[in-house]
Amino acid sequence: MDYATSIHLMGAEIGLSVVALVLLLVTAWTSTKAARGITVAAVAALFGALVFSISLPNGGVPAEAFGGLLRQDGFALFAKALIYIATIACLIVAPTYFERIGGYRGEYAVLMVFNAVGMGMMVSAVDLMTLYIGLELSSLSSYVLASFVRKDQKSSEAGLKYFVLGGLASGIILYGISLVYGFSGTTTYEGVRAAFDANFSTGALFGLVFVLAGLAFKIAAVPFHMWTPDVYEGAPTPVTAFFASAPKVAAVAMLVRMVIIPFGGQVEAWQQIVIFAALASIVVGALGAIGQPNLKRLLAYSSINNVGFILIGLAAATAAGVSGVLVYLAIYVFMTIGSFVALLMLRDAEGNALSTFDDISGLSTSSPVLAWCLLALMFSLAGIPPLFGFWGKFVVFQAAVEADMIALAAIGIAASVIGAFYYIKFIKVMFFDEPKGPAPAKAPVSHWAVLGLCVLVISPLGYLLTPWLGIAADAAAQALFSAA
Amino acid sequence: MIGIEHYIIVSAILFVLGVLGIFLNRKNIIVILMAIELILLAVNINMVAFSAFLNDLVGQVFAMFILTVAAAEAAIGLAILMIYFRGRGTIAVDDANQMKG
Repeated sequence: MDYATSIHLMGAEIGLSVVALVLLLVTAWTSTKAARGITVAAVAALFGALVFSISLPNGGVPAEAFGGLLRQDGFALFAKALIYIATIACLIVAPTYFERIGGYRGEYAVLMVFNAVGMGMMVSAVDLMTLYIGLELSSLSSYVLASFVRKDQKSSEAGLKYFVLGGLASGIILYGISLVYGFSGTTTYEGVRAAFDANFSTGALFGLVFVLAGLAFKIAAVPFHMWTPDVYEGAPTPVTAFFASAPKVAAVAMLVRMVIIPFGGQVEAWQQIVIFAALASIVVGALGAIGQPNLKRLLAYSSINNVGFILIGLAAATAAGVSGVLVYLAIYVFMTIGSFVALLMLRDAEGNALSTFDDISGLSTSSPVLAWCLLALMFSLAGIPPLFGFWGKFVVFQAAVEADMIALAAIGIAASVIGAFYYIKFIKVMFFDEPKGPAPAKAPVSHWAVLGLCVLVISPLGYLLTPWLGIAADAAAQALFSAA
Repeated sequence: MIGIEHYIIVSAILFVLGVLGIFLNRKNIIVILMAIELILLAVNINMVAFSAFLNDLVGQVFAMFILTVAAAEAAIGLAILMIYFRGRGTIAVDDANQMKG
């Protein structure tokens, strides 16, 4: 594999890195007035990366780049497409939001692009070293994004909490990686797999557990979820929308590749951990959200709940399960971005956020279109059939049942009924309660456009996408399993 | 004779001290930053020891990357701590309680 091929395969990451560095210099030398222009350039670059990644000629064929450090296969491309779409959406809604709460700066766009580069490396990594570099590139820019509104005490506290717990999670992953390296003698995924297939010692098992615990932190799976509600509440809403979508896709994809390729021979060792994390996330996510007055905290618990469903697909440890995980992720990205964008449109005329249930009571009379959009999003998150969110849950449960995990699927379905309680409470408050707070102010066109697109995808029309989505996800899962 | 297991034990002790430093510390956020550094350095001891033991350079290259990232992480952590202090006037761990529930 020569150098030119490597550069071609990783062209999206290289291009985005160059764009981010140039934009960083531009931001440093121009005033905040140029921030919108920088955002437009960043969106254009990400869109270019999206088109480039999809049109890679050997997209379906696994192709190693840079001497087996990175691999550009169907799995990586599927995850990257979702990551770029989510990042673009969170860039589009940001400028108006930050201008209303006092000042938008171009660094936001630069950090998002760096984050996208890191996430691209995470999903492509087939070596523990590239995995770590990608993870840290994405995490470090996320910490800064969480505390982006410097004057807001909640934002800086969210950044601080995210930094401390994210740093701890990186340390735990890294300690696991050092043990895996020590007991296998290599950092490449294939090498680790071959070494562990020959001899899987107790030390290596410790390494596996540490790596999984650290990754559970990154995807906010129970029992490592405690940072999620605080960070999601404190971070600026466009950043929260981002945290709940793109980094989650990247971390889940990284986790899937990790357990299928290097630890693919030790399914019984990690399967129990994943099953426990899945069930605990579903139950804690559903119960924790009950009684939350703050809407962003509620959606944080909803994201914990959704991670549980994603892990059910992974627990099956089959190609169908991985394909289900990818389909769920694709639908989840649109649901979660739609919900958070709807939340950030809920502002009164002075620009104060309408952030609690009291604030949105009677929304159907003051802002009917927004209320109907939220209704569709909440029903979709609850997995109620005519909406597309149901399909994601259906495919992961189907994979679990096919893998003879009927108890797991049954408990998951039972817990999703508990979860439906607070989604329906949302709708009850909007449609059947008397208006109490001020009516939301008019939202800008960019917010409506993103919200409209998300609602269109999760509406019953989304089922038109299922054949295409199924083929892409199956091919991605096959790419992973044929390489393993 | 010092063997590989001695290095692993030292690094395990340092790692546990680092984790305990994050969870038991009730005073100062700077101490938490130091605890995170301690965790990363524990990993580095592991990496270098395994690298020497396995006669494989990859572990030492990895250790270099970890050092670099640790420096960047400390810089970002201190920067976030600065804006936090500017807003609140305190860096006590127990005072980080604007959000609960």
